[in-house]
Amino acid sequence: MNTRRLTWRAARLVGSRAETDAARTLVFKIPGWPGHLPGQHVDVRLTAEDGYSTQRSYSVASASDGDLVELTVQNVPGGEVSPYLAEVLEVGDEVEMRGPVGGWFVWRPTGVEPVLLVAGGSGIVPLMAMIRARRQAGSRTPFRLVYSVREPRQRFYAEELRRAGPGDAGLDVAYLYTRSAPDGWPRAAGRLMAADLGAHGWPAGLAPDCYVCGPTGFVETAADILLALGHDPRKIRTERFGPTGG
Amino acid sequence: MGIISRGFRGRPRDEGVKLPPGQYLTHDFPVLSAGPTPRIPLDRWEFTIDTEAGHTHRWSWEQLLGLPAETPTVDLHCVTKWSKLGTAWKGVSLDVLMEDVETTAEYALVHSYGGYTTNLPVEDLLDGQAWITYQYDGEELAPAHGGPARLLVPHLYLWKSAKWVRGIRLLNDDWPGFWETAGYHNYGDPWREQRYQGD
Amino acid sequence: MTRPIEDAYQDGNALAGPLREIFAVDVTAADGRCAGCGLAGPLASLRVYGPAPGWVARCPGCEEVVIRLVRGPDAAWLDMRGTVSLRIPLPADPQGTASP
Repeated sequence: MNTRRLTWRAARLVGSRAETDAARTLVFKIPGWPGHLPGQHVDVRLTAEDGYSTQRSYSVASASDGDLVELTVQNVPGGEVSPYLAEVLEVGDEVEMRGPVGGWFVWRPTGVEPVLLVAGGSGIVPLMAMIRARRQAGSRTPFRLVYSVREPRQRFYAEELRRAGPGDAGLDVAYLYTRSAPDGWPRAAGRLMAADLGAHGWPAGLAPDCYVCGPTGFVETAADILLALGHDPRKIRTERFGPTGG
Repeated sequence: MGIISRGFRGRPRDEGVKLPPGQYLTHDFPVLSAGPTPRIPLDRWEFTIDTEAGHTHRWSWEQLLGLPAETPTVDLHCVTKWSKLGTAWKGVSLDVLMEDVETTAEYALVHSYGGYTTNLPVEDLLDGQAWITYQYDGEELAPAHGGPARLLVPHLYLWKSAKWVRGIRLLNDDWPGFWETAGYHNYGDPWREQRYQGD
Repeated sequence: MTRPIEDAYQDGNALAGPLREIFAVDVTAADGRCAGCGLAGPLASLRVYGPAPGWVARCPGCEEVVIRLVRGPDAAWLDMRGTVSLRIPLPADPQGTASP
């Protein structure tokens, strides 16, 4: 366990991949990175030439991999930081990063109970880190992901989640669309409801570990549904992103 | 200074206007909070001034609106570095509210619905320096910005302009408020950049 | 932080970085008890407002302030009088106190 006090480190962009029209995954190299647990996040600090600086938190999207850290950033129109990260930052550029931080909203492969992941929009990011860490660890813990997003084009990691490789045996993925569903989709477009978690979650009797991540309103709704379905509040971990990414 | 990120500009920062040291000009109106937005029904809203002798002066919403009002246009300077110039308010001057208040107290503790407090010298509330405002930019003051009424004392950093104001206690001793007991400066003059204790 | 969004709070996970500048271990997984209403839970479950002018973490039960944290240019002010005490998970150390 890293027990030194954390300071800001230089993080250099070494690669990027588009996820959607408005989001991309950034691959940073941070010499001396101590590794991270799935679910943890980093603080990113940007400084302009005149000394003005600001910071934001981003969940780590990747499983631990040497000194590489991946973040997936959604461009929020009018935001101060996300348009810069999603569109301006180029390979070779540097930002400052502090982390990894967060010891509560974390999944470790040592658990026995099944895992339910409930993602609202960009809340999928830390949950994807858990899926990737599961694959990396060769874990057979049963995972169910319920991923709520406006429409199919807005899904992150769509290809990776579709291409279920042998490392993903025991992972079930259910998408629910809130604004526009494909033709013939069995579920009409609409917000997350109890029936969605009833159908695609785990029964409370299996005592699953539940991780819910997304905007505050989504997380409140999902957590309330899980409680109503009988899940133990101590087994529900939430991470609220706040109303905007900014 | 941290590592410079190539091409990062941040919010537009206008160099052409005279601002207090360290401030940036903004054209929107950021909302910063220490807690949930209180909702106070107007029929239960009141504003009080408590003197050091224990007397309470009280105004209901109707009474506040019945007092002579002013429409000051002022510049706002937030300790988080944004400044917003030429903001238009409507409210009652503290000179009017304090007119019949008998006091020799030097210090004031302002308290708000929701529990927020902030302190300042009584003399900084008087002589046209402060208002209890209930309109911003020609409209009812929105809850997110401190409505139904907030204190406005623009010569100090904006954390002194307590949102959701409920009353003022006049005290013989200074009583640091919410942010003043958490590291922020006791007085908060933007032109002397008094942000933190010890500045 | 430009649109006036009402009651926009995050949860205690947002304090992980700022508190990690001060404490040598992550404390968001630490269990605390609200000095106001006695509700116990991990710091990660607090309702957190901020980061400007400072972090204010409130009890999800009674909304009283549990933690305040202000980060200045060369100091941090930390007020934890809203917690009764914290139970902070630490790595088991079979040899006794390790040197820093």
